[in-house]
Amino acid sequence: MTGAAKYWRIGFGVVAIAALIIVPMNFNRYGLFILSQWAVMTIAAMGLNLTLGYAGQVSLAQGAFVGIGAYTAAIMTTQGMPLVAALGVAVMLCFAIGWILGYPALRVQHHYLAFVTLAFSTLAFLVFRNEDWLTKGIYGISNIPRPVIFGFATNRPLPFYYVCLGSLGIVSVMVWWLIRSPWGRAFVALRENPIRALSLGIDTRRYTLMAFAIGSALGGVTGTLYAPLTQYIDPVPFNLSLSLDLLMMVIVGGAGFFLGPFLGAMIAVLLPEWLRFTEGYYLMLYAVAVILLLIYSPSGILGIADRYLTERRTKAASALRAVAKARLEAAP
Amino acid sequence: MSNLLDLLVAGLATGAIYAIVAVGFTLLWQTSQTINFAQGEFVMLPAFLMLAAMQAGAPFWLAILIGILLSMLLLGLGFKMLLVDPMLRHGVLPLAIATMALAIGLKEAVKQFYSAEASPFPSIVPTGDVEIFGRVVALQSLGVLALAILAVIGLTALLNRTSVGHQMQATAQNPTVARIIGVPVERMILLTFLINAFLVALASLLITPIYLAKFSSGEVLGQAAFIAAIVGGFNQVRGAIAGGLLIGVVDNLAAAYVSTQYRAAVPLILLIVIILFRPQGILGRPEERTV
Repeated sequence: MTGAAKYWRIGFGVVAIAALIIVPMNFNRYGLFILSQWAVMTIAAMGLNLTLGYAGQVSLAQGAFVGIGAYTAAIMTTQGMPLVAALGVAVMLCFAIGWILGYPALRVQHHYLAFVTLAFSTLAFLVFRNEDWLTKGIYGISNIPRPVIFGFATNRPLPFYYVCLGSLGIVSVMVWWLIRSPWGRAFVALRENPIRALSLGIDTRRYTLMAFAIGSALGGVTGTLYAPLTQYIDPVPFNLSLSLDLLMMVIVGGAGFFLGPFLGAMIAVLLPEWLRFTEGYYLMLYAVAVILLLIYSPSGILGIADRYLTERRTKAASALRAVAKARLEAAP
Repeated sequence: MSNLLDLLVAGLATGAIYAIVAVGFTLLWQTSQTINFAQGEFVMLPAFLMLAAMQAGAPFWLAILIGILLSMLLLGLGFKMLLVDPMLRHGVLPLAIATMALAIGLKEAVKQFYSAEASPFPSIVPTGDVEIFGRVVALQSLGVLALAILAVIGLTALLNRTSVGHQMQATAQNPTVARIIGVPVERMILLTFLINAFLVALASLLITPIYLAKFSSGEVLGQAAFIAAIVGGFNQVRGAIAGGLLIGVVDNLAAAYVSTQYRAAVPLILLIVIILFRPQGILGRPEERTV
């Protein structure tokens, strides 16, 4: 990358972060709720992007992990335990279950894997709904407290939005580091050609399970933030359609791109809100928009940008080549 | 024991409908690698087309005809030309996601343009009970079963006994070779889409009188059809039929003997076990993996 492009990128990042901190300050309650929801869902989508976009394993269970995280947080914090403890438990629990769910991926691929994870998702929903002693069933758990962080109560919408945004920031840095580490490279190798990866000495077995476990753990993080965000949870939001929504976020944003989940979550959470003026038609328009986008660019929104940049780079490179060639020919 | 017989008949009747839907699902997969996540919504829609035709004043038989033709036009031809064709070359996953979006769109369209409430739907089989061997059996279950069996026999005969059927099978098994030996592959793929559209319209006609016409009814049906297709064998028509019947019976027995709360879990556990231990399905043949 050239130096100028790098500074442009850093500049853009700083402006985006500053905007996310400053602009919502005079948002109303609902605006802040939607924006918090975006931040929270982006974390789960980033987890799924690791599993699907980088390691190439289809999962339709991310919504179930959000549910597991949310119920962990709701049950523990209503018993008076701090949210941080719930976060630790949820992450470990989702990591362990995700690891186990990864085992089918060692045996089957693609659509079979999609259906195993789909079945898991529905089973998790049935447990949320039917195990009244633990989850209070269809009545749900209400009065979920919001955390106190370093002595600051985050009951009001704006401080809690900053909690969500801060968590998103921390997770982003961790994921950024992860995909640049040898692990991230191994995930990509797994996606591109598992047999070649194996022959190069990558323990594909361990990395496949890891991709599932880490992705699922991030789903758990989303859950622990979602419960105090809505302050009331019941099984309905964690049914199969959440898993499908999260998958759509990753694909629409651009699977395998670091910024994909941010954009995808923005479209899935914010676009329906912007289309609300169309009343009953908004979900229909959303569906049509997603289909048209995928027809135009199956690799999502960032796929379009990527295609454009690659084209420009090839053109620039061939221009350079032409100049070099002319110079060589001019030289005696 | 007597109760078991009732459960078996009811289970086979719903299972036969699942089988029809699952067969369509596997046909699309075999000929064009389309995983149709909107298959359940495809079953939901034709009932509303027929209801709309009846509201416009058409008699029931004409409404059925209009419903089937419209669904072949929209869910067969339209689906293939507008969604599958432009996306197919990009691989399985983007197309699967697009069908998920289509499912949302279809549900919302019905909710918006027709009704969010469940509507009753006339039965093409006379209601009432008959007595067989001293047992009272719902006429509707028997009628549904008979029609579904007829459809399955008709389809199997088409696939195995006619030249067109053989050409379709060739297309499914190896499109390249099929093209070389002169099979019009494109036309055969279009034909499978039309057959799928016909099958879902038929399933819609059979199941809607039992469960009412509702915009969200496709979710359960679609999932049952997926499970049936995988349990039976994703790449075999007879596998999908066996899977459908099995899921229908298991579902009904689970409701009676396990618990109504966890009845939905039993087919799912069956699905996971099958995928882990026999991924090609009960009757399927293994799909080779390429490097």
